[in-house]
Amino acid sequence: MYRKMLSIRKFEKTASTFFAEGKIPGFVHLYIGEEAIAVGACANLRDDDYITSTHRGHGHIVAKGGNLKYMMAELFGKETGYCKGKGGSMHIADAELGILGANGIVGAGHLIATGAAWSASYRGSDQVSVCFFGDASTNQSTFHEAMNLASLWKLPVIFVCENNLYGISVSQARHQTIKDIAERGEGYCMPSLTADGNDVVTVYEHVQEAVQRARNGEGPTLLEFKTYRQHGHFEGDPGAYRPKEEVEAWLQKDPIPRFEKYLMEHKLMTADELKQIGTEVDGEIQEALDFAFASGYPALEASVQGIYSDIVEEARSR
Amino acid sequence: MRKMTYGEGIREGMRSKMLEDPNVVLLGEDVGPYGGTFGVTKGLWEQFGEERVRDTPISEGIIVGASVGAAATGLRPVAELMFIDFLTFGMDGLVNQAAKMRYMFGGKISVPLVLRLPAGGGISAGAQHSGSLEAWVTHVPGLKVVYPSNAQDAWGMMLTAIEDDNPVVYIESKILYSKKYEVDDTVAAIPLGVASVKREGSDVSIITYGKQVEDALTAAKVLAEEGIEAEVIDLRSLYPLDKEAIFTSVAKTHRALVVTEEVKRGGFGGELSAMISELCFDELDAPVVRIGALNTPVPYSPVLEAYVLPNTEDIIQGIKSMF
Repeated sequence: MYRKMLSIRKFEKTASTFFAEGKIPGFVHLYIGEEAIAVGACANLRDDDYITSTHRGHGHIVAKGGNLKYMMAELFGKETGYCKGKGGSMHIADAELGILGANGIVGAGHLIATGAAWSASYRGSDQVSVCFFGDASTNQSTFHEAMNLASLWKLPVIFVCENNLYGISVSQARHQTIKDIAERGEGYCMPSLTADGNDVVTVYEHVQEAVQRARNGEGPTLLEFKTYRQHGHFEGDPGAYRPKEEVEAWLQKDPIPRFEKYLMEHKLMTADELKQIGTEVDGEIQEALDFAFASGYPALEASVQGIYSDIVEEARSR
Repeated sequence: MRKMTYGEGIREGMRSKMLEDPNVVLLGEDVGPYGGTFGVTKGLWEQFGEERVRDTPISEGIIVGASVGAAATGLRPVAELMFIDFLTFGMDGLVNQAAKMRYMFGGKISVPLVLRLPAGGGISAGAQHSGSLEAWVTHVPGLKVVYPSNAQDAWGMMLTAIEDDNPVVYIESKILYSKKYEVDDTVAAIPLGVASVKREGSDVSIITYGKQVEDALTAAKVLAEEGIEAEVIDLRSLYPLDKEAIFTSVAKTHRALVVTEEVKRGGFGGELSAMISELCFDELDAPVVRIGALNTPVPYSPVLEAYVLPNTEDIIQGIKSMF
């Protein structure tokens, strides 16, 4: 788990640097500060379990086992990227790892994750589906429609709310009247709770319980993890809407040093071992960067291909 | 041959595929024991059971969105919305998710879902239950759109739609549901993108689909008595579109009339008309004529509704104006 958290952090720090230099196009929404949630949750999942992600998706994809090289190449718009350069940061998917896509539409994942859970239960598999989403997306109708159906059909879906306290610039207090999003579970007779999202062990344990329930056919769970994104909503957003003291306070709760402390205090790892992992991850990130740089851009013809499984010619004409 | 309604044709298409493939599942509002608002799924719940024919809450977002998730993970869902107008609630799942997934994920995920959408007016259902919104969906790369005009096509194209690995929007003309047609005993899958020439003619091509095929044939009969032979092309699927059939016909008749039930403004009829003008200009002896509904919501009163929607007489007049 530590290695995954560090991979996310270092991957994104790198992305941040290259975005600032103008080398990564489009939008980049970083997950820095929220790593404990994706990692704690996905550590309970098998490769064939499903996840749906958000526009802040790098963390989920790394946590689910995504390939750093393909991710990095995708960010740079290269043909070797996860989506052959047609998706970008917000649209990375990996069907083999059950990653049903990062998603640029707030709230879309609720429905897809619920559908995947329905599919799993229909096929009689014990796969589960984890839906990652932010606090603001719980105001979308999709959240309520998905919660209702998942509860009604007892679907193996775990709704994991990453409450980073802001919908872009609007604080939670200004976008909903409830204090804890877990309260919304009650309306759907769904077990739900609120917990510390910056503590990977806490996340791991709660998700473990929810996954067991789902695999046993006991239905969905709503888990709310409070966390904080250390960067702005997207790269380039200075996040000026957040009080300095608030940012400072949350930086003190950074999930990575906290987990390091935990590992050392419990004598699970030594400082040297942690450092060694850091060095190895640095190497992997460099490898991913080298791969991305060495890769070419997609051929222009690729733009009109892959829309349908069986039609290509139509898109060629303007 | 046997007699069958349009609604039964749709149902038999679904039934055949359900018998063949356990991953074909139906979902929607009242599709279970009730048998669907228009009776299209009648008997399927009894035959295939609750797990395969699922009533959902009246909640179009989840009907479409869950279908996308299910289709991306191994099922072949056939989802029914009660009226095409309600697609407004399911639009994100269809256009931002289903249609774009294959492309933006680099071909890694396919979404073999069929979305059934009853469309059109003529039953005094008022403005929120009478929409002809095919332009909304034909505009979106990544979707296929079919619009059958009779029971045999409805059956054959349902087979193809369910087999297709892409999201297919299956639009049904609800005024045809109880209309009876002669249907072959063995119905084969009808490929998408192959139009059907419903009547041969030498003087003008009527390009249409859905309920308007019948109006076009009636108009053609009347015109024939006056010495004008109209060819009637039923497009059957709007995307993929059988451009060849359109061009071949126009090259033969040198006149084209496009008739659709949607409001004319911004409609798919405009696309057809533009395509003919753009690509067959040298063949044309007259400008393309476009017939559609008036640019209003569909009114309730039968008198007003009949006035607003295009009819046989509009087609006849439109054609006469070309000579």
